[in-house]
Amino acid sequence: MPAVSKGDGMRGLAVFISDIRNCKSKEAEIKRINKELANIRSKFKGDKALDGYSKKKYVCKLLFIFLLGHDIDFGHMEAVNLLSSNKYTEKQIGYLFISVLVNSNSELIRLINNAIKNDLSSRNPTFMCLALHCIANVGSREMAEAFASEIPRILVAGDTMDSVKQSAALCLLRLYKTSPDLVLMGEWTSRVVHLLNDQHMGVVTAAISLITCLSQKNPDEFKTCVSLAVSRLSRIVSSASTDLQDYTYYFVPAPWLSCKLLRLLQCYPPPEDGAVKGRLVECLETILNKAQEPPKSKKVQHSNAKNAILFEAISLIIHYDSEPNLLVRACNQLGQFLQHRETNLRYLALESMCTLASSEFSHEAVKTHIETVINALKTERDVSVRQRAADLLYAMCDRSNAKQIVAEMLSYLETADYSIREEMVLKVAILAEKYAVDYSWYVDTILNLIRIAGDYVSEEVWYRVIQIVINRDDVQGYAAKTVFEALQAPACHENMVKVGGYILGEFGNLIAGDPRSSPLVQFNLLHSKFHLCSVPTRALLLSAYIKFINLFPETKATIQEVLRCDSQIRNSDVELQQRAVEYLKLSSIASTDVLATVLEEMPPFPERESSILAKLKKKKGPGAVSVTELEDSKREGGELNGGGDRGPDTASTPSPSADLLGIRSAAPVGAAPASAGSLLVDVFSEAGTTTTLPSSSLFWLLFVCKNNGVLFENQLLQIGIKSEYRQNLGRMYLFYGNKTSVQFASFTTTPQLNVQTKPVEPLVEGGAQIQQVLNIECLTDFSDAPLLNIKFRYGGALQNLTLKLPVTINKFFQPTEMTSSDFFQRWKQLSQPQQEAQKIFKANHSMDTEVLKAKLLGLGTALLDNVDPNPENYVCAGVIQTKGQQVGCLLRLEPNAQAQMYRLTLRCSKDSVSRRLCELLAEQF
Amino acid sequence: MIKAILIFNNHGKPRLIRFYQYFAEDMQQQIIRETFHLVSKRDDNVCNFLEGGSLIGGSDYKLIYRHYATLYFVFCVDSSESELGILDLIQVFVETLDKCFENVCELDLIFHMDKVHYILQEVVMGGMVLETNMNEIVAQVEVQNRMEKSEVSLFLDR
Repeated sequence: MPAVSKGDGMRGLAVFISDIRNCKSKEAEIKRINKELANIRSKFKGDKALDGYSKKKYVCKLLFIFLLGHDIDFGHMEAVNLLSSNKYTEKQIGYLFISVLVNSNSELIRLINNAIKNDLSSRNPTFMCLALHCIANVGSREMAEAFASEIPRILVAGDTMDSVKQSAALCLLRLYKTSPDLVLMGEWTSRVVHLLNDQHMGVVTAAISLITCLSQKNPDEFKTCVSLAVSRLSRIVSSASTDLQDYTYYFVPAPWLSCKLLRLLQCYPPPEDGAVKGRLVECLETILNKAQEPPKSKKVQHSNAKNAILFEAISLIIHYDSEPNLLVRACNQLGQFLQHRETNLRYLALESMCTLASSEFSHEAVKTHIETVINALKTERDVSVRQRAADLLYAMCDRSNAKQIVAEMLSYLETADYSIREEMVLKVAILAEKYAVDYSWYVDTILNLIRIAGDYVSEEVWYRVIQIVINRDDVQGYAAKTVFEALQAPACHENMVKVGGYILGEFGNLIAGDPRSSPLVQFNLLHSKFHLCSVPTRALLLSAYIKFINLFPETKATIQEVLRCDSQIRNSDVELQQRAVEYLKLSSIASTDVLATVLEEMPPFPERESSILAKLKKKKGPGAVSVTELEDSKREGGELNGGGDRGPDTASTPSPSADLLGIRSAAPVGAAPASAGSLLVDVFSEAGTTTTLPSSSLFWLLFVCKNNGVLFENQLLQIGIKSEYRQNLGRMYLFYGNKTSVQFASFTTTPQLNVQTKPVEPLVEGGAQIQQVLNIECLTDFSDAPLLNIKFRYGGALQNLTLKLPVTINKFFQPTEMTSSDFFQRWKQLSQPQQEAQKIFKANHSMDTEVLKAKLLGLGTALLDNVDPNPENYVCAGVIQTKGQQVGCLLRLEPNAQAQMYRLTLRCSKDSVSRRLCELLAEQF
Repeated sequence: MIKAILIFNNHGKPRLIRFYQYFAEDMQQQIIRETFHLVSKRDDNVCNFLEGGSLIGGSDYKLIYRHYATLYFVFCVDSSESELGILDLIQVFVETLDKCFENVCELDLIFHMDKVHYILQEVVMGGMVLETNMNEIVAQVEVQNRMEKSEVSLFLDR
């Protein structure tokens, strides 16, 4: 007998549905629906009271109409009325309508809550389940307020039926997600954790979702779940397939629950207790062994279930990243799946291997599968799978295989799906730069990229190749030769013209010796593309031409002629016209010397994070690249800029921005050891008052989260600060104000850093203010702030002050936006004990949300919304840029308004940074 | 977490929609259309996972689907769920429907939409999995059925 009675349904409903199905056109259907809506509306509004059955029928019709995609704006009240019916079926349809159609800010919630309250206290398990379902599906705050204290009691009460317990667990989970502040687990914690031991597997299934969520939020309170989860898992894994009866699915014991247990364990580091850990390792080995056994059934469901567990086990092994033996086994297992005939398994294997590639134990093992992965990229029919293969190639790339991988990705690009081309282009560009040993290969690769997929090459990519060519003189000649050849192609992409124009304009002289690429040949080649290009490219070409006049005086007449023609000098585009006019004039009146100075070769670009990488991060969400990024900064020592060996001279090369001020003074903040400071203090501590005001440290603290303000003030002197930071560089303006009416004489300031700042004016008139600029570069992470010594004579007395400059490590933050899952993935990756720093402290300032947000933003990180399931908490992410290294930092601040306390947790890829940030920030809130 | 469960036929006609996160009605319809568009153009022997559409939540979400005869069963889930686990869950749901309706077909879903909802409610609640044991699920549905029967006869007596 079927469990659902098909016969005794509602006849009116069946007739209506048949009518709709018989409609020949969309119009007819809409007409029939409108007729029905009018009918129902009039019935609901009518004077005659409807019986429960009719209400039920009409509400059901409304649900059907809604499913067809029509808005339903009435009937809610009738549905609420059904909730208080004594008849189960009426109550049931009422709850269904509300779950599907009522959103959490409806005005009806209070009425609904009344009905729920009655049903929860009814002691009828079926009614209780309906009510719990409704709370879990609507999950509004008002519901949380009404029931958050009641539901844990139902969940752990000894006399609650199993089915009600299951519903209560998930209901509580939902309330915890919407209003964590209202769900106070405190006294229930241990009883909830012990649900993992419940005899009824359904209860465990529901409870484990709740426990996983709670553990993610409060790992310490729920720590005991680890050993319980391990023993539960062990009992399932070692049981014969018949032991668990109904929970055996196609000969696999409790696959869903096993997966969930393995997920729960991924919230924690490996168990510390040796016995528990041993048992878990045994489980993982058993799971890996089972994968090698012959299948107990040929059905796909059997292998699905078995492999679901296997993949979760592998995720856990990767998460622990501490058992080389298991990691290699996992890798081999995934390697087998790479060639499996099931597409699903190939897809998942590629995905898991991507995370495995970032583990140092298994990176090499992953690399052995390179041929298979390349083959997948070439031959898979499914674009989802090809995409995963491309991701994996990107993740497994290192110096040893970069050439092969880049070549394969390039050749794949020619036929790649349009949807993934842009991302592929970015990845190729990044790999080519990151692993370039010989830069001619890099130039070749990028030019190939432009040739193959010019339309998908974004600005960032071609800017970057120019930056690199400009910064590396060993590749300039080769680059000029290569672009010259590339431009010979009859149809070349406009991006190629841009790169060609720029590079020939700068370095065309390097190939001009060859008669085949004489100056005039170069010019004619460029100019042959001119008319096919857009305005910005033409503007770039005009600049290249004027550079030619400087490089090759023999081309001057030809170029002037081009500039002089009407299509240039009277061009309707203002920018082009202006360039033509100015360049023409410049070339005719300026002397060779002046021309040579004005049109000098571009200075090297300041080394900074590749803009391409930034773009990929933005495109993919940071998770996609960051994993390898953090790893690489460890492994490769920041090879990212391709300029590691240029190190020493970048400091002395004036960056274009510093040129403007002309007083760049590289101040390696990290190299300001305390001993040097005290030495200086000693030297200067002659007669006079040395004031290192304690109050100044208070002022100083204020600057952690802001960049401008007053650093110091006494009766004589006020020191204001304005500062700005970008990447690992900063500039600080110091304003010294004389508050008296008397002149300060012999005014000197000595920043105790390795700097040559321009000295300040020795005299500060009464009431006057003088300014000083410090340029700062962060070489490595640091904890001591640099000191500034100030001396001057006021009247006869020598004044001597030493202040801490408000330069703190957080100033070099770059904010990083990321999604919730990326955040938690990275959070987990930074799980070594020394990477974390935590402090619990009393609030010293207002706990107001806006104030806190402003402070966190001032810190320099990105403040991430919708990451922490608890909306009261704040999470931030950022990368600290130092010259040699990037340090990824994640922050979480959990305020407890009642206790006026905070818990602050930092996880950074470098432990000294976690500690320092934690100390700094604990003073801020 | 399961964000949405969509069942539609080969022509994209929705047969059951269940969202566990609030979306406005017109957004729900757009999501159904987008999902149908993404899923229906895929061959039968490609993989059962694809990155979620732009509407439902970006790259953290996956669509996991199975195609049975005239119907697509699509679960939209976040990265906390096991892909293969969800495939099994879809199978459990369909097998349960098959048991409850005796050889379920698309028409059963059309004419007994409410019943399909009730069965689904025994499997998934608020986006989380409540029960995976088919016998347990069917038993719950039978309890409901008995209550319904007793009320129907009560009603006829009146």
